[in-house]
Amino acid sequence: MAAARSLPHRHFDALIIGAGGAGLNAALRLAAADLRVAVVSKVFPTRSHTVAAQGGVNAALANALPDNWHWHMFDTVKGSDYLGDQDAIETMCREAIPTVYELEHAGVPFSRLDNGRIYQRAFGGQSQNFGGEQAARTCAAADRTGHAILHTLYQQNLRAKTHFFDEHFAVDLIRDDEGVTLGALVLDIESGEPLIIESKTTLLATGGHGQVYRTSTNAFINTGDGMAMALRVGGPLQDMEFYQFHPTGVAGKGMLITEAARGEGGYLINSEGESFMERYAPNALDLASRDVVSRSIVTEIREGRGCGPNKDYVLLKVDHLGADVVHQRLPGITDICRVFLGIDPAKAPMPVFPTAHYAMGGIPTDRHARVVAPARHGPEEVVPGLYAAGECACVSVHGANRLGGNSLLDILVFGRAAGTDILSYVTENPHHRSMRDAHLEPAIARLARWERQGEGERVADVKAELRRLMEDHCGVFRDQATMAEGVEKLKALRERIEGVRLRDHSQTFNTARIEALELDNLVDVGMATLMSALHRDESRGAHSRVDYPQRDDERWMKHSLYLREDDRMDYKPVRTKPLTVDSFPPKPRVY
Amino acid sequence: MNDRDAREIKRLQWQCRRGMLELDLLLNHFLQHGYAELDSDARQAFERLLGMQDQILQDWLIGQAIPADAELTALIARIRAAIRTAP
Ligand SMILES: Cc1cc2nc3c(=O)[nH]c(=O)nc-3n(C[C@H](O)[C@H](O)[C@H](O)COP(=O)(O)OP(=O)(O)OC[C@H]3O[C@@H](n4cnc5c(N)ncnc54)[C@H](O)[C@@H]3O)c2cc1C
Repeated sequence: MAAARSLPHRHFDALIIGAGGAGLNAALRLAAADLRVAVVSKVFPTRSHTVAAQGGVNAALANALPDNWHWHMFDTVKGSDYLGDQDAIETMCREAIPTVYELEHAGVPFSRLDNGRIYQRAFGGQSQNFGGEQAARTCAAADRTGHAILHTLYQQNLRAKTHFFDEHFAVDLIRDDEGVTLGALVLDIESGEPLIIESKTTLLATGGHGQVYRTSTNAFINTGDGMAMALRVGGPLQDMEFYQFHPTGVAGKGMLITEAARGEGGYLINSEGESFMERYAPNALDLASRDVVSRSIVTEIREGRGCGPNKDYVLLKVDHLGADVVHQRLPGITDICRVFLGIDPAKAPMPVFPTAHYAMGGIPTDRHARVVAPARHGPEEVVPGLYAAGECACVSVHGANRLGGNSLLDILVFGRAAGTDILSYVTENPHHRSMRDAHLEPAIARLARWERQGEGERVADVKAELRRLMEDHCGVFRDQATMAEGVEKLKALRERIEGVRLRDHSQTFNTARIEALELDNLVDVGMATLMSALHRDESRGAHSRVDYPQRDDERWMKHSLYLREDDRMDYKPVRTKPLTVDSFPPKPRVY
Repeated sequence: MNDRDAREIKRLQWQCRRGMLELDLLLNHFLQHGYAELDSDARQAFERLLGMQDQILQDWLIGQAIPADAELTALIARIRAAIRTAP
């Protein structure tokens, strides 16, 4: 590996790591203001995971039914199980409206109502008048909202002369002795050459980490890189125990089988052919809430009533509904089953297992997307020059659970907020700080570690084991014993990483090296998740524990902070005060 | 598989990293279990396919649309067949 001194350096006002909706919206704000902006993305920008979002983005436009931002705010606070920060939530719900109009002007082809206004569909968790009638708040560009947003933002960035480093992998952040972020060490995936990007400000916008679980809806790129980078420079990760699972993913693969399958009359069975939801939720049955259905499935499997040769999934039946209903009302599911399973769901039941979908936790920030960490003067001191936005960040608008359509909104609003704050930071701090070789050493050492030759375990094997471990010990079934055992196993696995070796040490397109660096990241976010979940002995939002089934506001109205040093936990209060309106105090969350 | 194929597969592997899980699964699987058998025309078609936008690829591979290019249509059929037959 090259010595620090000989590495090429490039200089920018702002470095943005990640080219999903969050990164591109921040970049656009900056490039339009004539800053020198670098966007680094490990895959070609329009292959970012934002492209997968189909459902839509929430904004209280009141085009289809009465609505206003304050009702949206209420729903979001309630949905978060009161763990969301109400100042950030107010910001997001107010900003939603201009954000969607801005996208419309930029050319996102939103679906329309007959009167020409943007069409809005109803999603779960949306209400009028603070918990009243159903609201319709989700704006969509047919079933390809994420794709439309991503392509529009990318085109606009090209026009604004944002500098793209496509297929470059960010390895680690670089900081000086005072803790100010100076940029990052990145790797050109094609040539294998390292490069130092020096910048006055750095934004982490690297998306989620669904790949830490064996069964996930997330693409392979979602490995929590930015979160792990933040941990490695000594920062905390917040509320990592809150991870949203969907009860029915294709077993062993992860793709979603939408709730519509059960909505149309589909039901789950175990190896004995029993419709087991009758035992867990005698009234709601298969339409019980997501966490109840997820946990019931896993309980059946744990008790030996799973299906298949390994007894590791249950079956979702829609074959009694008739081919017409299945093929016409569930075309997406029909296609997925045909391609991946070679079955027609109108004729055969589908193997399903809960699938990991969305991270509520991440790098703690304030509502200006500035990264904050506990320090001398309190739990939320701003880390100079460092920003985070999108799924890798925790601002925290989703608290313990995210509402559908709120995460595209989150990435756009806080991506833009990051851009706005970076503008003023760069005005106040117009010069690059000096970068010394010593500042580069930790990042270079991490790269060099993977150059070690010889025999050792394989990255793919350890990664598969990690994903299985996380699913078994920190998935939808959580209790003290299961998670404590998981922590011990993960600590042992983390030690083993030292002994993992690459077989391939070539330079060009060495994807094995990238996968090794991703594995480091997955292990770190996995530990953050397990430790945070083990310590929170209550059930709230997506974190539901069998041994502590109740929410405990007295002890747990606080955010978890995990620190990598000694795997330490810390906590900070929830920001319950909004900016201009009254707080929404905690209430039982019933729908 | 010869050395040249192995190098080529490494290069293409990163092009098979996409924004959607369905594409990751189908394309990577085919690269490991089908690509080596392609003749040079079909390999070029595979490159062309990888140059497409994710959403279009998704429509084609999942079966919601068919490309106008017959070579791509044939290739897509092979990719879809591979995911169910190979290990
Ligand atoms: C199947 C699916 C459907 C969804 N549907 C909806 C929906 O309808 N509505 C909604 O609101 N939300 C939805 N979501 C959630 C939403 O899509 C994501 O939360 C959101 O798109 C994340 O955007 P982002 O900008 O934070 O990150 P991403 O879009 O994931 O982008 C991350 C970027 O970081 C880059 N990157 C990562 N690591 C590195 C590294 N080490 N070096 C360099 N670059 C790196 C990647 O290349 C990429 O460009 C859905 C999610 C899934 C999985």
